[in-house]
Amino acid sequence: MIKFIFKGIIRDKTRSLLPVIVVALGVFLTVFMSGFLRGVFGDIADINAKFTTGHVKILTHAYAENENQVPNDLALLDVKNLMGKLHADYPEMEWVERIHTGGLLDVPDKNGETRAQGQAIGTAVDLLSPGTNEVERMNIQKSIVKGSLPVKQGEALISDDFAERFGVSVGDEVTLFGSTMNGSMMFKSFVVSGTLRFGNTLLDRGAIFMDIHDAQLALDMDDGASEVLGYFKDGVYNDIKAQQVEKLFNAKYSLADDEFSPQMSRLVEQEGLGDYLALVDSAGAIMVFIFVIAMSIVLWNTGLLGGLRRYSEFGVRLALGEEKKHIYKTTIYEALMIGIIGSVVGTGLGLGAAYYMQTHGLDISYLLKNVGMMLPSVYRAVVTPDLFYVGFFPGVIATVLGSALAGFAIYKRKTSQLFHELEV
Amino acid sequence: MENSSIIKIEKLVKRFHVGKTEFTALNDLSVSFGRGEFAGFVGPSGSGKTTLLNIIGSLDSPSEGEVDVLGRSVSSLTHKQSAKLRNKHIGFIFQTYNLLPVYTVYENVEFALLLQNLSGSERKKAVMDALEWVGLTDKVKSKPAMLSGGECQRVAVARSMVKRPEIVLADEPTANLDSKNSHHILQTMKNLNRELKTTFIFATHDEKVMQYLNRIISLEDGKVVKDELITDSKN
Repeated sequence: MIKFIFKGIIRDKTRSLLPVIVVALGVFLTVFMSGFLRGVFGDIADINAKFTTGHVKILTHAYAENENQVPNDLALLDVKNLMGKLHADYPEMEWVERIHTGGLLDVPDKNGETRAQGQAIGTAVDLLSPGTNEVERMNIQKSIVKGSLPVKQGEALISDDFAERFGVSVGDEVTLFGSTMNGSMMFKSFVVSGTLRFGNTLLDRGAIFMDIHDAQLALDMDDGASEVLGYFKDGVYNDIKAQQVEKLFNAKYSLADDEFSPQMSRLVEQEGLGDYLALVDSAGAIMVFIFVIAMSIVLWNTGLLGGLRRYSEFGVRLALGEEKKHIYKTTIYEALMIGIIGSVVGTGLGLGAAYYMQTHGLDISYLLKNVGMMLPSVYRAVVTPDLFYVGFFPGVIATVLGSALAGFAIYKRKTSQLFHELEV
Repeated sequence: MENSSIIKIEKLVKRFHVGKTEFTALNDLSVSFGRGEFAGFVGPSGSGKTTLLNIIGSLDSPSEGEVDVLGRSVSSLTHKQSAKLRNKHIGFIFQTYNLLPVYTVYENVEFALLLQNLSGSERKKAVMDALEWVGLTDKVKSKPAMLSGGECQRVAVARSMVKRPEIVLADEPTANLDSKNSHHILQTMKNLNRELKTTFIFATHDEKVMQYLNRIISLEDGKVVKDELITDSKN
């Protein structure tokens, strides 16, 4: 009988084609959108983790309260000691110190007079230590447009956008004006070793990347840092582990009545990233729920129309001695087959599209010219193992549910009425 | 005839509700059929022919009276028992053939056997035998759309006969056929009736059918007005 049903589905396109298309389309959208949303939100979380939040971040209480103002006078001190403790207490994580600063970047002419000036956001990371992972983590090497990485102190990278705007070439000298940790004026000259473009408007607008030791020297922050970031060594954020680390650290080092004591916060507690990540899960669940309901209604109607069209067939089958229950069961089997076929097709298409978007991405950099948020300029999907079933099961369930609802009509008809209609 | 009856109808009344009014399709009707009869109900439209076939085929139930088919009281059968009775013992032939269009001739005939627990080889033999009876062994792979009306009705006859039922109910089987095909079909059915002792009961007002019947029961307003044996029917 199963073979018989399968033949019917394959041969009767009006019975199978529309439901298969509907299911495949719904499953395709579910799979693709799940992959795309996850990719986009994952990218947002990832880029923020790499550049600003870490998987966990340590600041002083006072710095944390005014973080947007980059108050280096409230920065962490005795960082070497702190780093030593962190490495000892949490060896499963990698710890890095960073300094953020703001100021003016001055471009002198050949006489040493100011030729051009622009606002600059200074970021100091460990660029020069042997074995540093910061270059790779922040994708600095691949983001270099001209020149190369600094190889010695006194060299820095500036954003390509800034270099273009002010005619700065590799090898030119630029001076960063700002204030030290103690509030004194700060002047620090750097030789431009290269220019950078991250593809992120916020970073590309006027950034200068320097080695952290240069920044410590310039800002009078010897053994100080704006922040210490911690990363899981596998590069994947794990909130449960992060919570454990945070709880232990804060219990041990954070003092509520000492505004200069360090405090740790997790990725999801910063920059609204927790809401973003919760949104990913919620959006996925809502999408699947809407899909199941919408597809069920569509397939219910399709089933009802199919039932009307197959009135004669059901009548003949009843006349030949098939039970209503059996006919109902076979329509469910048909739905199951259609659901599986549609879901396989939809999952395949969805995975294909998601893979394409994972590989090529969607470049929205032209939309982000004036955006201050840390957003990736290329949105990419991500193909994860759960995409293989995230649309498949809802597709099958929706088809069977729709058919089950439509199939009740079989029970409502009297055998004699079915038979009368054969004679139309 | 009464002693060997395979269908026994006594004081049958069938009423239908049409809106607020009640329509009596069959009114105090009594008739019985023996094994191997080739009989037909004749009468004008609305005389109750199809309703009577439906009740005999347990597709409908009596409002009053008793209908016994092969020793089973139709009114007391459950849906499952009715389905089983139709599946094992009763074949149907319809005016419009009602073949399943997406299936081949072979599959249409085989369908009735799929509901029985027969092996593939048993089904194949039964289907090929049935198609041989109606002369369509060369059309096993054809779809109904590729057949003429006469061929479609022959497939329908094969489908009704493949399970070797005791009773075949044929409702206006020649209404959509031309004269030549009508005679061909009727001759085929008559041969099967003779060879397999299958009881054929027709509902018809076609003169061509009546020429083949051995017994004609005339209905009018749901009542039997004449029940006559025909001794000089066509073979």
